[in-house]
Amino acid sequence: MPHHYKKNVALISSLQNLLPPESILTDAEDLRPFECDGLAVYRQLPMVVVLPETIAQVQSIMRLCYEHKVPVVARGAGTGLSGGALPLAEGLLLSLAKFKRILNIDPLNAMATVQPGVRNLAISEAAAAYGLYYAPDPSSQIACTIGGNVAENSGGVHCLKYGLTVHNILMLKVVTMEGDLLTIGAETLDSPGYDLLALMTGSEGMLGIIVEVTVKLLAKPERAQVVLAAFDDVVKAGEAVGAIIAAGIIPAGLEMMDKLAIQAAEDFVHAGYPRDAEAILLCELDGTDAEVSEFIMLVRKILTNSGAIEVRTAVDEAERQLFWKGRKSAFPAVGRISPDYYCMDGTIPRRHLPLVLRRISEMSAEFGLPVANVFHAGDGNLHPLILFDANKAGELERTEELGNRILQLCVEVGGTITGEHGVGIEKIDQMCAQFHSSELTQFHGVKAAFDPSGLLNPGKAIPTLHRCAEFGAMHVHHGQLAHPELERF
Amino acid sequence: MSDQDISAALQQQVLKALQNETPLDIRGSGSKTFLGNASPATELPINISMHRGIVEYDPRELVLTARGGTPLTQIESVLTEAGQMLAFEPPHFGNGATLGGTIACALSGPRRPYSGSARDFVLGCKLLNGRGEILRFGGQVMKNVAGYDVSRLMAGAYGTLGILLEVSLKVLPRPAASITVTRECSAAEAIESMSTLLSKPYPVDGACYHGDHCHVRISGSAQAVKEAHTKIPGDVMPDAEAFWYALREHELPFFHHSGTLYRIMVKPATPPLDIEGSWLLDWGGALRWLYSHEDVVTIRHRVERVGGHVSVFRSNDRAGELFQPLPAPLLAIHQRIKTSFDPKNIFNRGRIYANL
Repeated sequence: MPHHYKKNVALISSLQNLLPPESILTDAEDLRPFECDGLAVYRQLPMVVVLPETIAQVQSIMRLCYEHKVPVVARGAGTGLSGGALPLAEGLLLSLAKFKRILNIDPLNAMATVQPGVRNLAISEAAAAYGLYYAPDPSSQIACTIGGNVAENSGGVHCLKYGLTVHNILMLKVVTMEGDLLTIGAETLDSPGYDLLALMTGSEGMLGIIVEVTVKLLAKPERAQVVLAAFDDVVKAGEAVGAIIAAGIIPAGLEMMDKLAIQAAEDFVHAGYPRDAEAILLCELDGTDAEVSEFIMLVRKILTNSGAIEVRTAVDEAERQLFWKGRKSAFPAVGRISPDYYCMDGTIPRRHLPLVLRRISEMSAEFGLPVANVFHAGDGNLHPLILFDANKAGELERTEELGNRILQLCVEVGGTITGEHGVGIEKIDQMCAQFHSSELTQFHGVKAAFDPSGLLNPGKAIPTLHRCAEFGAMHVHHGQLAHPELERF
Repeated sequence: MSDQDISAALQQQVLKALQNETPLDIRGSGSKTFLGNASPATELPINISMHRGIVEYDPRELVLTARGGTPLTQIESVLTEAGQMLAFEPPHFGNGATLGGTIACALSGPRRPYSGSARDFVLGCKLLNGRGEILRFGGQVMKNVAGYDVSRLMAGAYGTLGILLEVSLKVLPRPAASITVTRECSAAEAIESMSTLLSKPYPVDGACYHGDHCHVRISGSAQAVKEAHTKIPGDVMPDAEAFWYALREHELPFFHHSGTLYRIMVKPATPPLDIEGSWLLDWGGALRWLYSHEDVVTIRHRVERVGGHVSVFRSNDRAGELFQPLPAPLLAIHQRIKTSFDPKNIFNRGRIYANL
């Protein structure tokens, strides 16, 4: 780790004129909690951390940094999984932790305006009194904040039916690198001009600092019910997913776990999963009482016809919660059976699931590293968890290499290197495999349109062409297989 | 006309225009040329309607990819056969409406507040930019956060950033059953009841106020529709499908009018606005159509006070600020985005704003 960077004394003394002393952190021990986000293998102390509490303060901080040419990294709760909020040694880390007020819940217009540091779940909790909720539910929803959700375009287990963050927000207030305050989007269903709201969502802190978010709220469904199906073959489970969708049903959640993930989860939370199954599917249906009853019967039939060895409907709300608890604790469960694990996040067209799972299992054997698979099956978002031991020499590097091969495979079958965790610092080299240099240049053009000085979160999300040349990745482009001899089915 | 890929020919035309700095007017069937500022006479038409065909469609993946010039009718008939639909219910505004034009204009129909907009269903695109480069963004998967969301940026850009060679869309199953319930009431009462529905878990997928009546469309499984009807009062409208079609396509008698048609966006619960003219409320009150003799500046002033915005949708006068003007810092970002995609400003010059 590089030694602590030389402090920019002029900047810090100007900051002291703007903010109370407790809102400026410069001592190493105070900076330590900010050295990484949820991807802890990358760590770096920033030069300074600031914790403003008003938009005007954020604007002044940005103007100062712009003037002093100091790069800025924004941070919410720091739960991100791709190192997007990794500080820069010579940079300022802008924490939005103090922006945690819910400014307005407007039930008549089904929307809420909140500060970026409000936790995802807190929005739904506040809206519950009106029969409303905020739909995207990343598994970190207890801790992650809405500002970070916008920056990462977070998903969750209900994306197939309810969409990602980009589908569930209306308006943002954003401070630019120059300190201008912009309103992007509107409180109305569309807004004049280009769809900058789409660009901002998932922009990983590269385009502006999000200081206020207006979200869309939805009516809470009358009822939710979950069916668990066990299979003796992952291919059959994959086919069952397609069959459910072909029947005209859009489940609220449709999750798959493979044997290693099932066993780890079962040993951890005793969710009642069948330990000997090769794969399980959890299919949640929500809507009106009548609709849920009708579709549950239909889904049970489809699962049985697809060769499920066991089909169970949760008998009550407690069992429904338990079925989900197993899935939601899959990551920590895997954490119990291995000293370390590395969570991947590729998306593939669902029809390639059997091929991808088989190739992952072959690669797992080749690298001598076990892989547990947890899969948002409805929307094709795969989370292979690579089990490793960072204390064994070279194992982290081998794990990263295996992860890289898995992402390359996702691109080869027409998918993407990241479905919901973002590129950050983690997958910046894999971007070279997914995009041509002309496309990367276009991305840099978009970046420069918002941030001509390039001081916002530099070095993340979009690689420079130079970096790609050094990485030397073979470019595999959208479904054009690098290995046409591979069997596909 | 048969399916074909003419992207190489289109690319040559763009490269030539780039070299000569000739502005281009991107054309499909011409169904939406009435939208936005009139194209300058100096623009050369570049026709994409020959670049057509469904490239990939697997109903189980819920994804359809088609070339920009593909007629919407062709896409919709293939989807209908598989029991699926474009859930944003796009207006065609003409027989030949193409996919590219529909996405470029980001038009959505009555289902928009309940299912999402045209841009919400865009998953990816293949774009011919103003440098003559063919670029791909997004993809054919539901979740993809690699790079900026350039494909959704194309929705509503009116072709000013490039030619949409291909678009991938998320598609959804068609509801098994649908009814429309109708109730006579005032506009204020309709607004209140439509916005109350937003916090109810009923399968509503359309709500409008037209001719002293509030019409609410309920769609879903047969049982769900039946059950919801007991909770939403009103008479069942006969031939409701024809009504929603006519609303979507602006074929209702309300739209048989030669005056200026304003498209007004407000928060759905906004009470009726005190602007003289004839009104039709769609999108549960969030989209309001107005024929009025008041000038656009006056109307904008009133609508801005309630946090809304106004565009001139149909008018004989196709110059001036048809779209809501942007604040200076936002306009500057728009201009830089435009320059990054189309440095010589060859595509659809001035279609949205004078200097884009």
